[in-house]
Amino acid sequence: MNVGKIFALGTRERTFQLKARRDAGTDNPRWRAPDFFTCKKCERRATRQVWASTLYVCPNCGYHHPVGGYYRLSMVLDHGTFHELDGELEGKNVLEFPGYDEKLEKQRAKTGLNDAVVTAYGKVGGVPAVVAVLDSRFFMGSMGTAVGEKVTRAVEYATNKHLPLIIFSASGGARMQEGIFSLMQMAKTSAAIQRFQAKGGLYISYLTHPTTGGVTASFASLGDITLAEPDALIGFAGPRVIEQTIGEKLPKGFQRAEYLLDHGFVDKVVPRGEMKQTLTQLLKLHTQGRKRGA
Amino acid sequence: MIKDILKEVESLDHRIDALQNPTPEDDAEKQLLGEETAAPADAETVETLVARRDELLEQCRNLTPADRVFLARHQGRPRVDEYIHELFTDFFEQRGDRQCSDDQSILGGIARYKGIPVTVLGHRKGSTLEENMRFRFGMPEPEGYRKALRLMEQAEKFGRPIITFIDTPGAYPGKEAEERGQGEAIARNLAEMSGLTVPIISVVTGEGSSGGALGIGVANRILMLENAVYSVLSPEGFASILWKDSTRSGEACEIMKLTAQDLLADGVVEEVIPEPLGGAQRDHKALFEALDAALERHLTQLCKMNGKALAEQRYKKYRQIGL
Repeated sequence: MNVGKIFALGTRERTFQLKARRDAGTDNPRWRAPDFFTCKKCERRATRQVWASTLYVCPNCGYHHPVGGYYRLSMVLDHGTFHELDGELEGKNVLEFPGYDEKLEKQRAKTGLNDAVVTAYGKVGGVPAVVAVLDSRFFMGSMGTAVGEKVTRAVEYATNKHLPLIIFSASGGARMQEGIFSLMQMAKTSAAIQRFQAKGGLYISYLTHPTTGGVTASFASLGDITLAEPDALIGFAGPRVIEQTIGEKLPKGFQRAEYLLDHGFVDKVVPRGEMKQTLTQLLKLHTQGRKRGA
Repeated sequence: MIKDILKEVESLDHRIDALQNPTPEDDAEKQLLGEETAAPADAETVETLVARRDELLEQCRNLTPADRVFLARHQGRPRVDEYIHELFTDFFEQRGDRQCSDDQSILGGIARYKGIPVTVLGHRKGSTLEENMRFRFGMPEPEGYRKALRLMEQAEKFGRPIITFIDTPGAYPGKEAEERGQGEAIARNLAEMSGLTVPIISVVTGEGSSGGALGIGVANRILMLENAVYSVLSPEGFASILWKDSTRSGEACEIMKLTAQDLLADGVVEEVIPEPLGGAQRDHKALFEALDAALERHLTQLCKMNGKALAEQRYKKYRQIGL
């Protein structure tokens, strides 16, 4: 990594890059023993530095590992354009659920995040956009009040500023510990998206592994354009619940990105290496050479 | 437990009924057995029985959340077809999603409420076991939600208020449902409902669980029956996700805050409709009267607002839930 590039752009970019490196696991000083990471599918083992160079896509089997929020943003946003939105907003124990406060603290310490989503505005391939990334390391990326609020605020920001919106979903669904409030976040985020789209906004929904439950049944399914990462699990009910209900084994590849592509719910399955290029192409298609009201 | 109380109350009901209206067969039976039909003795027993029953029913005043979950799922609770029949006139059922099929687990159509044409729809559970199976206990597939959306868009076109009845354990978790986009169907409903410019009132009549309930429940006003429950997931599902043990559902009920009273306090629902003591299944008529009054009041209020204000009010209602 080019050190000069990091320090040239002030504290905001520097903190962002450091957070991205922490998420990628490459923030170890060089004098420490290297941190190894093993592919979840084919068990190929390499240092985190090597994994970061392939964007955590296994060079051996092509498996796309889930990645952290800031790291994902660093892959998508142009250098020096990152501005975080509502970074301080955190969830609280709305139901006074026993033990939830401690769990939240633990998750915050583990991931360095305030809740399961990072929202930002910046430029993608030179085009200004609002980008939200759900982080599956924090409570499985589940949507509680904080996630719902941050996503809604990001959508409203994009609506007011007439910016395109990209949301990377990765979620186990609604956050159980926040009960009915989590459920209502589905209505809240969907309503915000509806307003955004009614005003002519472009929303690209990018589905990553895993996108299930309440997030699938709200903003993740409402994209004008829906992209998905290879082999990502995408569905409403979990495979285990379905197997219990129908009493039979599900076919191989069921609820995977390619399966959804075949069934008409995804526009394209995009490997991580082509992610930024594809997004740039789409954003440019919507912002350049358009004739309004013709 | 409410279950045992209700069982006893029911048997007392039968005995009181038999004593108050003795059928000829009863008398014949007694004569055959050589018993005397002693009227004064009977009157006394009726009184004691009624007193005993009322005493039992008094215990139903302080129900635990688990009791309410039991009542919300009671097989004798009024179903959507009954609500439509009792509260509305001129019902015309509309079927099919105009894409591939008709999901019977959502019942809907046009009807008149106090003379005004409205669109009414709801989850259909069915009242017998065969019906339950046919309607998958009120668990819709994507076609059900798309049918609901078709009806609601039509209501928007003709300026009809929309009234929905929620009573479902959730959206159906089946293989075909997933293939045909269960998540997308619900998401679409949430988004579209939030932007409609006609009044929408949702009534949670039994159990409302997960996105399956919310899929027809984005409303200006949410009314909830006293013993109905509304939650992010069924208590069983909740327990199995959090503790990997669905048998701890009783414990889950206590902490989920899923009762009408909790939700009213949290500001999620606007009004709680009182039920007869011991649950709605004991006296449908009394329930319909209470619901009718509330429904009329809210609908009159909403009908005074213009379309834009209605959409705005609905957006704000959900916007402020949470942080």
